[in-house]
Amino acid sequence: MCRKPFGVHPLVRAVLAVVTAWLLAACGSSAPTFHSIDVTGANYGHDFRLTDPDGRERTLADFRGKVVMIYFGFIQCPDVCPTALSRAVEVRRLLGADADRLQLVFITVDPERDTGDILKAYTAEFDPSFLGLSASLEGTREVAEQFRVFYRKVPTGDSYTMDHGTTSYVFDPAGRLRLAVAHAQTAQSIAADVKTLLQDPNS
Amino acid sequence: MKTLIAASLFSLATAFPAFAQVTVDDPWVRATVPHQKSSGAFMRLTAAADARLLEVRSPVANIVEVHEMLMEGDVMKMRALPGLDLPAGKAVELKPGGSHVMLIGLKGQLKEGDRVPLTLVVEGKDGKRETVELTAPVRPLHQHRGHMQ
Repeated sequence: MCRKPFGVHPLVRAVLAVVTAWLLAACGSSAPTFHSIDVTGANYGHDFRLTDPDGRERTLADFRGKVVMIYFGFIQCPDVCPTALSRAVEVRRLLGADADRLQLVFITVDPERDTGDILKAYTAEFDPSFLGLSASLEGTREVAEQFRVFYRKVPTGDSYTMDHGTTSYVFDPAGRLRLAVAHAQTAQSIAADVKTLLQDPNS
Repeated sequence: MKTLIAASLFSLATAFPAFAQVTVDDPWVRATVPHQKSSGAFMRLTAAADARLLEVRSPVANIVEVHEMLMEGDVMKMRALPGLDLPAGKAVELKPGGSHVMLIGLKGQLKEGDRVPLTLVVEGKDGKRETVELTAPVRPLHQHRGHMQ
């Protein structure tokens, strides 16, 4: 690089220009890459206003400095929800010393049955740090709409089950929605993405 | 003597209904928290001859249904099945992420280490019905790595 441009073959100069441009692009803009779907800048899912099992109102601002992962589900769910929460336990384990910088929030789509006490007992069964949040029927409809999460009550026997979207959403420590995580994604890929968000200087 | 042992083993086997037509392996039920009203039971079923699982009964729940789980896009759906085909010699898995037995209207909390009695009603191609009795251990709600399949 100390060499004067004078006398350098035009082809070499062209190659140098391309390499320099690539290096600038890679280091300068520092756009991180993720295993999950990058939804940075999405015009939905800006915040939530929900009630915790102790009756306190919670919003995203309560978790500044942490990566927040939200999952919509219901407790009577025999299968998909426990799997998603067990996966989150594994993500925390993989984060090691950074485990406490991830907050898992379980938002119930079945507020009629998933009341405070049962919600608290359920999330604690997976990890004491996990937080279950709920709202009124109307508030539940609103928050699901804000995150474009589909859910529906379906009668079965003399009871009912819930169809629901299984995508988790991840916010960076600055409280911006960044990632959509598919149900099939592994704990390893999520942990890697959470680490990236924790290290992202723009977060 | 050898023949006698073989014969008594054979009669033991035939006396136990699980050996007759449908074999049940690795049954388990997911634990619940207090006031949780439903849970899932999982197992592997292998029928000696073509058969169909018609019904499951259990004293721990008011209603027991066989459910299939479907993923449509990212949406999880569960639907009751009228029955579950058990093709001859083929292991049919009732497992997380697939079909399962749904215990609805639980009469109490299911704790790790409890044993849940289940009765399977199976119909052969000849229309003959048989019941298979089993007890399934309760495993923790949170499945650690290694338990997950």
